[in-house]
Amino acid sequence: MRAKHICAAMALAGAAIISVSAVAVEITGAGATFPYPIYAKWAEAYKGKTGNELNYQSIGSGGGIKQIQNKTVDFGASDMPLKPDDLDKNGLMQFPTVIGGAVPVVNLKGIKPGEIRLSGAVLANIYLGKIKKWNDPAIAALNSNVSLPDQDITVVHRSDGSGTTFIWSNYLSKVSPEWKDKVGEGTSIGWPTGVGGKGNEGVASYVLRLNGSIGYVEYAYALQNKMAYCLVQNHDGRFVAPNIDTFKAAAAGADWNRAPGMYLILTDQPGANAWPISGATFILVYKSQDKPTQAKEVLKFFEWAYANGDKLAEELDYVPLPNSVVALIQSSWKNQIKDSSGNPVWP
Amino acid sequence: MSSVVTAIERVKSPPTSRIISTTLMAARLGRQYFVDLVFLNTTRLFAFLVLALLLGILISLFISSLPSMRAFGFGFLTSTAWDPVQERFGALVPIFGTLVTSFIALLIGIPVSFGIALFLTELSPIWLKRPIGIAIELLAGIPSIIYGMWGLFVFAPIFADYVQPWLIKYLGSLAIIGPLFSGVPQGIGMLTAGIILAIMVIPFIASVMRDVFELVPPMLKESAYGLGATTWEVVWNVVLPYTRVGVVGGILLGLGRALGETMAVTFVIGNAHQVYTSLLAPGNSIASTLANEFTEAVGDLYTSALIELGLLLFLITVIVLALAKLLLLQLAKKEGAQT
Repeated sequence: MRAKHICAAMALAGAAIISVSAVAVEITGAGATFPYPIYAKWAEAYKGKTGNELNYQSIGSGGGIKQIQNKTVDFGASDMPLKPDDLDKNGLMQFPTVIGGAVPVVNLKGIKPGEIRLSGAVLANIYLGKIKKWNDPAIAALNSNVSLPDQDITVVHRSDGSGTTFIWSNYLSKVSPEWKDKVGEGTSIGWPTGVGGKGNEGVASYVLRLNGSIGYVEYAYALQNKMAYCLVQNHDGRFVAPNIDTFKAAAAGADWNRAPGMYLILTDQPGANAWPISGATFILVYKSQDKPTQAKEVLKFFEWAYANGDKLAEELDYVPLPNSVVALIQSSWKNQIKDSSGNPVWP
Repeated sequence: MSSVVTAIERVKSPPTSRIISTTLMAARLGRQYFVDLVFLNTTRLFAFLVLALLLGILISLFISSLPSMRAFGFGFLTSTAWDPVQERFGALVPIFGTLVTSFIALLIGIPVSFGIALFLTELSPIWLKRPIGIAIELLAGIPSIIYGMWGLFVFAPIFADYVQPWLIKYLGSLAIIGPLFSGVPQGIGMLTAGIILAIMVIPFIASVMRDVFELVPPMLKESAYGLGATTWEVVWNVVLPYTRVGVVGGILLGLGRALGETMAVTFVIGNAHQVYTSLLAPGNSIASTLANEFTEAVGDLYTSALIELGLLLFLITVIVLALAKLLLLQLAKKEGAQT
């Protein structure tokens, strides 16, 4: 009689343990630092809804790529999309989550946010060290209504490797053949001139400090610190200000359908209202999954984030993806991510 | 307790029990010998652990930097290139920056530390010794990132507004050292990094100097004073020669910190991979380059070049230590010749 009770209790306990482990799933990811605040926010809200946990380590994009290659995490995250060749070589696929971008900011006496207009070519020449003075004819031609001082330009860039630098240098490579030839693009590059600040806060403090300086910071950072941003001429020739609408316009104008492996950097995209220096941050997962249940949880998390996370993202000044892009991402999940027997993992 | 018992036994006991007690003692000696052996080997293990760690780090640094060594050879040491996009790397700029900032740090740090130690041991009223001594120790305990943030947000602006314009105006026009102090007052750069490093190494050097100065036997000093020597003469001719090894040790401790300092330097050095003649211009150091670029370094050659930089920093430290030891030996030899 008593033994029976114990048996029943044990069976119940066993069932309880099994059901608990079925409910509380933990997925792990590692990589880019730029999207860390929003991933953390989403993870917190997602846990409140489902009980499932996301453990995301912001160790940098390079580290994220290494971790997913070593299969120590369920997904990697990178600010720089992998080239289609690299994806194929490793059997990975990637998809964007949120949009960010770089904003040029200046420190000039009497200049308020949005008063200086710059073009891509002028920005490239400033960062190449070819335009040395603020009253250079090339800058003056774009800013006829502003009186520019006869002052040296101090160029400020990031000293640490950064997704923001990647977007910035990618943009300059697209608009200036000379930049592409001499410097190129990357998360860290060989800067022809200027001083390097560590992190957005380092660049911002140098720019705020040094009169006559120009730097670039992450959009959210420029916004929160009310820095004197510049208007930049976009692909369609219009001068636009950095804000949520212009970032969204850049993502919407982009042709994701024809980008193999979603290798698309949102710089210099067409669209009357598109901010030219935008870029998305990416998630990396394996196409062929040894652990399909775990992979499904990863995708379920991002499915939830796309559907419910926009408001949280905008609170933190990230720009959510347009719905058309989300639909495209989800169809690529269905088509590309398979378990070992070839069945789609999601939905 | 048991030793008391055996002692009593030994006094009053017949021969048989004496035999027993000697065997007991032998057993105890044996046990003690065993404990000693364990103790010796444990401590030796800990000591060798340091060697093993050092060797292990050295070997792993060497292996990881092999790709970069193969790609660049000795040219790595003399090249000023640093282009992660084209994967062309050279170590000259960071080596130069590391040595220059450490040199500035010692140039400022040694005299100031010497003054502090001298004041505390020879001149200070007794009630002031403790507060200043504690202040120095507290200064040594501040994390380096605090120095970096303070350097960037507080020191650099003041330096740019008040000190650098003055330097540029009065020193910038001089004949030989002029080029060292030219340019625009940015507040950050090699000189700022050197000064922040000086502030960071002063507590180390000063506290070692104070401790060794206090070890000088009062009789030596008092004899010199008795012969009519001034305080300066006593310090220069008695205290310093007596404490030479300790003083050099303290300076080396400071130099070690200056060479390897990362966060504080990163904040204020300006992180530019270029060699400028002006000390007011930005530069880069080995540790700062590593801190900045390691996390986002993609590609084997890039990572390997960074690790080779780390290996070079290691070698620089070893060379500096060896040179200092040689210097001490040389001084000791001269001393024998003089007397």
